[in-house]
Amino acid sequence: MLKFVARRLIQMVPVLLIVITITFFLIRLAPGGPFTDEKKYPPEVLASRNAYYGLNDSLLTQYARYLGNVVKGNLGPCLQYRNRTVNEVIRDTFPVSFELGCWAMIFALVTGLIFGIIAALRPNSLLDHIPMALAMTGICLPAFVLGPLLILVFGLWFGMLNASGWDTATDRILPAITLGAVYAAYIARLSRSSMLEVLPMDYIRTARAKGASELRVIAYHALKNAAIPVVSFLGPAFAGIVTGSFVVETIFQIPGMGKMFVTAAFNRDYFLLLGLIVFYAGLLVTLNLIVDILLVWLNPKIKIEA
Amino acid sequence: MLNVETDLTERPGQTTENSIWYDAWSRLKRNKLAIASMAFLVILSGICALAAWITPYPYDLQDLETGAASPTLKHLLGTDILGRDLLTRLLYGGQISLLVGLCATMVSLIIGVPYGMLSGYCGGKIDALMMRIVDILYTLPFTILVIILMVVFGRNFLLLFAAIGAVEWLTMARIIRGDVLAVKEQTFIKAAVVLGLSRPRIIFRHIMPNVLGTIIVYTTLTIPKVMLLEAFLSFLGLGVQPPMSSWGLLIRDGAEVMESHPWLLIFPGIIFSITLFALNRLGDGLRDALDPRFNKT
Repeated sequence: MLKFVARRLIQMVPVLLIVITITFFLIRLAPGGPFTDEKKYPPEVLASRNAYYGLNDSLLTQYARYLGNVVKGNLGPCLQYRNRTVNEVIRDTFPVSFELGCWAMIFALVTGLIFGIIAALRPNSLLDHIPMALAMTGICLPAFVLGPLLILVFGLWFGMLNASGWDTATDRILPAITLGAVYAAYIARLSRSSMLEVLPMDYIRTARAKGASELRVIAYHALKNAAIPVVSFLGPAFAGIVTGSFVVETIFQIPGMGKMFVTAAFNRDYFLLLGLIVFYAGLLVTLNLIVDILLVWLNPKIKIEA
Repeated sequence: MLNVETDLTERPGQTTENSIWYDAWSRLKRNKLAIASMAFLVILSGICALAAWITPYPYDLQDLETGAASPTLKHLLGTDILGRDLLTRLLYGGQISLLVGLCATMVSLIIGVPYGMLSGYCGGKIDALMMRIVDILYTLPFTILVIILMVVFGRNFLLLFAAIGAVEWLTMARIIRGDVLAVKEQTFIKAAVVLGLSRPRIIFRHIMPNVLGTIIVYTTLTIPKVMLLEAFLSFLGLGVQPPMSSWGLLIRDGAEVMESHPWLLIFPGIIFSITLFALNRLGDGLRDALDPRFNKT
């Protein structure tokens, strides 16, 4: 197991290197320098600005320097927010996005699993059809449609919840649902079909025969095996929640990293974009590793390539 | 399970090649939701394509005096804040959204299908290397890279196709490869090899028809994914640019003014969601019809 984790950790390095390289050179391929979009600067100011950010060196030198800094954990300065570094921006905004992501994931897992299990216990009954119809609706309602609709209904028409912001505890509800709904829908469908496969198995009958309560049979014996496809789905789900956060944080005006990313994309704050992408890439690769470790733990049959 | 044999006996004299498609069609016909979805999509694409002849308004005709008005007989779905007819904008936006969906899917087909076929057919070390490349690309945060592309190279329309297509070919390549691996082990391919047929002939004449079903199914299922990505980018303001419209852009515009003019959000949202639903249903239906192996409960 340790070998497996170590091997995967080493595999992370080339992936991150590819991401950094592609993004770094893509951004530099862009027509014009980082300061051409702004108002005309006197040439001296521009020159000193370029010198300050080290933009006068050759591209390869800059690339090597950037890599060196990334290894040291320094993602460089921002262009738009002159007095802040990328590290500071991430430190301020990531906790917000992390909290949102956690709530969305909890919502997706809890509702998805409950709906999926209920549907699987009574296949082809109303208890199956209603949750599955809801799931299909969830899949076809992308966050940028669902979010505004939820705001419209619960924020504006009923006035139960704030339409935007991130101040009170109830402000978490609508964004978490918006971000998590699609994944709840997929998890419901996945857990339904894998529960249907697991429930007729002999070991479930054995568990019932030895007198385990129905709750224990389903929540422990059956779910442990039925959860495998759901856990494999968590990898793509994490990736989707990260990109989904761009939209959701924009819709609900949440001061998180996703909104920062979109703002940076609009302002063409190249250093900030680059830094955020490096951070996102590292985050996603780490989350995928965690998912894979979970899978091995759930299913000892998976061979560990060591 | 659906009964296949009855259809075979009802149509004697059919060549086997035709009857595969005939069977699939008869299976698909029994899936009412898939057929309804197909009809909906055909009609919708037709109406969108003929938008210029259907609506009396140009897509950017402003009528500032009317402003945002709720649906009336003159403007069936109302007008937006600049007084532009929403139905017209929806139809022209549909052209763009569907076109992006089709073209980007074509890009993913053009890259993914040959890649997957080659990888599966060659096998061995070449296969291992090619699939390792796909595995590595899979772990890259592609949506983020597409955003970067749009930022760096301006919001170029053609680039949007290419970038989205370049993201979606990976899944296609993997699935085609798996299919080719299975097909090439069958005896008729071995026979073709023994007969000394050239490699391209084997691939295109003998393997291709057997994976065509899979290609059709995943093409149908890729289109909604692509449209979703386009709408996502347009919603963020990084995709299609005004005064052109796409469904993502209309949803974005609608969301901005939903408090006072909810229909500007609701109509585009509904049409977009129903289209996604129809594409997914049709794709699932085609999968069940063309590939009975997938026919799980």
